[in-house]
Amino acid sequence: MLWNLPFITVVVLTFIGIITVLLKKNIIKILLGINILESAVNLFLVSLGYREGGVAPIFTLAPSNLMVLPTPQALTLTSIVIGVATSALVLSFAMVLKKKYGTVDIDKIRRLQG
Amino acid sequence: MSRIVRTAADIIYPFVLIFGLYIVAHGHLTPGGGFQGGAVIATGAALVIVAYSYTEVRAWLSKNVLMGQEVIGLVGFIGVALLAFAFGQVFFFNYLNASGSLFGIPVPYGINAGELNTGGFVPLMNFSVGCEVWGGLTLVILYMLSGLEKEEC
Amino acid sequence: MKKFIVLIVSLIILSAFLGVIAMTLTFGAPKMTDMDDYFLRFGQEQTGTNNQCTSVTFDFRGFDTLGESTVLFCAVIGVALIFRKMQAGEEHEDE
Repeated sequence: MLWNLPFITVVVLTFIGIITVLLKKNIIKILLGINILESAVNLFLVSLGYREGGVAPIFTLAPSNLMVLPTPQALTLTSIVIGVATSALVLSFAMVLKKKYGTVDIDKIRRLQG
Repeated sequence: MSRIVRTAADIIYPFVLIFGLYIVAHGHLTPGGGFQGGAVIATGAALVIVAYSYTEVRAWLSKNVLMGQEVIGLVGFIGVALLAFAFGQVFFFNYLNASGSLFGIPVPYGINAGELNTGGFVPLMNFSVGCEVWGGLTLVILYMLSGLEKEEC
Repeated sequence: MKKFIVLIVSLIILSAFLGVIAMTLTFGAPKMTDMDDYFLRFGQEQTGTNNQCTSVTFDFRGFDTLGESTVLFCAVIGVALIFRKMQAGEEHEDE
């Protein structure tokens, strides 16, 4: 079971992320749970493309000719940038909510104003 | 912040800028590329904003110039891809590869030492994406700081 | 009490679903590598770069990078619209 260690780490991180999103009451802590879920998905994508004994897929002064797969690394790059965009927007919402309601507790933000 | 922090930020900022531009420019030879280099340059701008207070930095960085930089980056990316129609090929075809003009020397096969003049239109797209990420991330930091001020009733 | 029940039920369902995935995958020997073998063999002469990750991002799968740049641009526009100050001639903030 120990040779599957990256996949077991992905399972543990997904579990921690989902529990944080479900059970916490502060908006900033829920945002941190979403970030942990993003990290778990990125780790899963990168560890799917590993070949035993391979080096990085770059031909400049490479040590050997056996290389890992380059496609999952390109998809992970896109996923990281989308995570940054999501976090920036949620933090802006948290700032505006604090200004209007005076608190960031989601049990107390219940009315639709305006 | 104290005088030591301000002086250190003044000295380190040009080196961070040059390092970020190096990562963007050599994206087709070493690990890196447009997104990674743009994030490094935006971190350098964040260093200056943290060392000095926001009211002083607002006189140095203008939001309209950064917005223009971001727009030029995205329009340049689409423009480089659309120029393939002028050569009779499909959208996104690499028309500068092994052509003898700007970035067009053919690459020797196998493991080699790397040469800057190769790559087709990949270095041009790296520069466009680097411009866009630099403008975008610095703009997000400036707008969030301006929302913290007290507004008049 | 409600938190305890949520914790136990989610623990059982998640472990069963994800544990099956984690145990049937092998680490270090991917199953289908036809597309990536083609990229590693012909990428250097068809794109002219030494870095195969960049050639996959910007040349073989350039549409994904186009969509990602647009998403980043729209997120920056969203942040800029949220922190807007009142212009001259408006009475309420939401006009």
